[in-house]
Amino acid sequence: MEKENINKTKDQQEVKKTSAIGRRDVIKTLVTVPVLGAVAYGLVKTRKVAILDRDISDVFKLSDKNAVFLEPMANGKQIRLGLVGFGIRGKQLMRALGFAEPSYIDTLIEAKKKNPDDTRYDAFLEQDDLNVVITGVCDIFDKYSEAAQLTGSNIHREGTNGKFGPAPKRYKTYQELIAADDVDAIVIAAPDHWHGTITAAAAKAGKHVYCEKPMTWTVPETYMVRQAIKDTGVVFQLGHQGRQTASYQKAEEIISNGLLGNVNLIQVCTNRNNPNGAWVYPIIEGSNPQTIDWKQFEGDPERIREYNDYMLSNKLEKYVGPDERSKFSLERFFRWRCWWDYSTGLSGDLLTHEYDAANQIMHLGIPHSATSSGGVYFFKDGRTVPDVLQTTFEWPDRNMTMLYSATLASSRNRGKVFMGHDASMEVADILSITADRESERYAEKIKQGIIPTDKPFFTYVPGQSKVDAVTSATELYFAQRGLLYTYVNGKRYDTTHLHMREWLECIRQGKTPSCNIDQAFEEAMTAHMGTRAYLEGRTMYWDKDKEQITRG
Amino acid sequence: MENNYSKAQLTWLLVLRIFVGWHFLFEGMVKVLNPNWTAAPYLMDSQGHFRSFFVNMAGNAGLMNTVNFLNEWALVLIGLGLIIGAFSRLSCIGGILLLIMYTLSHPALIGAKYAMPFEGSYFLIDKNLVELAALGVLFVFPSARVIGVDSLLVKVLPSGFRKFII
Repeated sequence: MEKENINKTKDQQEVKKTSAIGRRDVIKTLVTVPVLGAVAYGLVKTRKVAILDRDISDVFKLSDKNAVFLEPMANGKQIRLGLVGFGIRGKQLMRALGFAEPSYIDTLIEAKKKNPDDTRYDAFLEQDDLNVVITGVCDIFDKYSEAAQLTGSNIHREGTNGKFGPAPKRYKTYQELIAADDVDAIVIAAPDHWHGTITAAAAKAGKHVYCEKPMTWTVPETYMVRQAIKDTGVVFQLGHQGRQTASYQKAEEIISNGLLGNVNLIQVCTNRNNPNGAWVYPIIEGSNPQTIDWKQFEGDPERIREYNDYMLSNKLEKYVGPDERSKFSLERFFRWRCWWDYSTGLSGDLLTHEYDAANQIMHLGIPHSATSSGGVYFFKDGRTVPDVLQTTFEWPDRNMTMLYSATLASSRNRGKVFMGHDASMEVADILSITADRESERYAEKIKQGIIPTDKPFFTYVPGQSKVDAVTSATELYFAQRGLLYTYVNGKRYDTTHLHMREWLECIRQGKTPSCNIDQAFEEAMTAHMGTRAYLEGRTMYWDKDKEQITRG
Repeated sequence: MENNYSKAQLTWLLVLRIFVGWHFLFEGMVKVLNPNWTAAPYLMDSQGHFRSFFVNMAGNAGLMNTVNFLNEWALVLIGLGLIIGAFSRLSCIGGILLLIMYTLSHPALIGAKYAMPFEGSYFLIDKNLVELAALGVLFVFPSARVIGVDSLLVKVLPSGFRKFII
């Protein structure tokens, strides 16, 4: 008993000792745990404030849909392409189709060696195979024709020492190319004064057409081209690759949801400031009367007649020439955009991109009227087309004006801006919306300090789906620096590639491309109205019923 | 046995551990709670010798999911570990590794401009590196064996764990 008692006491003492140490140990072990409570409090508060401040879904309703592109069908048939024109744009279109000059690949490989961040080479290799083959090429400059053949045979996307496939056949004239049996569709990257003629001829031969902008050089041919496309039913796509810009699709939704309020003014601009941007392109070595087919360069006789008829009957002789059309000139061959004799000037070259974007976003159609002013103010190199141009288009039935303002002598950035009563929207690769301080729609949120008016409150970055909250400062910073849209779903994409892919898929699937003949007709007529307003120095009107340009 | 520290030494070690832990935990939880958070913009903004490595990482969507997950939860676990003093040496090592990655992607070089808002001016040594040094100190003075869950773990786990884990 005694022993037991003693033992018991010892045990009890043991227990007592353990529990005493235990308490102290527990305290020592867990004393810092309450700190977690303080951290949690901070987190809950932070999150509440963040969510409360940024939620604007009650006044800013937008779907989380991302841009939709026509997806290629599996096992589509291979399309055999013929290319007309292998100048600057022709080379770019070929790359978008997956065919690059070996020397171009060499420069990309070299650039990557020098700078590992230069991923253009990898991006080109990764660009989807469009399942096309180049079977014919045509350029009236021998050197370009031969380069086009080599490029068309570069089916493995290799450099100078690579392995090449069969070379496409070279044709001396576009007529022969169009007549070829092994050509299903034509890509046109010839100068402006050839666009309409070749498009119509190709359509009549049953070939599908991808044509660079603008659709036409003269007004009369614009009707003729539309007729040819409609009569033959070929798949036509005009080269406004902006149609594939994801943010334009979002812009359309934003405006139709009324998130900007009434839009009464759109401002679109061209801001360039270097010789290349002003079409003073290099004269290529090896070019001379023997290597250039000048007779073909002059143009189609029917087109030249339409051009001269208009110019001379409106006393616009000073814009014609000044050289004789038949006189060989390397300047005029390589820098043809500088002369009305071949060009459509700023209107056809650059205004059309801006107009087509606005037309895609707001479905404007041909404007009621156009007024233009400007002149040759900087590049006094003998050109006849202006280097500074302002054109205003009116849509009274839509209560709206579009102002196009262009200069080739200042690169100050002026964006594409849709100005609404409640907010203005700037559209580029990304899209940003800034609330108007007098807005009614956003008045409450502005008063509460949730929506700022001194910087964009919403930015759309392709590939991101967050749409119902104010953009945070960090997101805005990155969006503006363009860091977020470099990759979409882990892959870079090129809008020209997508635009040509859409055209090819429409051929395969029997569908209509986004920049179809109706859109192209509107684009061409709008540009012609702007051009005529400039040349004649008076307002041009569009007679909707007669589908004619009339004078004020 | 570990408690050769003076009261003042122990107090300041503890303060340092909680502060660093707090910073890690909060940074981690803010990211965990934000479903849209991704390290991609931060990585795309990298400068210095390892820029292309981090930029390529940002361009790989699948890899970014893993990177984001690891970064978020590593920050949280390291923060928790330091505050409650559990696996504190392992937490220090983890924290040092993360801070090395941040430093490699955003070195404080002269002329390097970053989009992420940084207050102050730095040359080579920035706050990431100061925090890294603090974790080094906490590693060699394992205060959690005195105050923290590790004081219990040292008793139950084999002594091999003492080298790098607790």
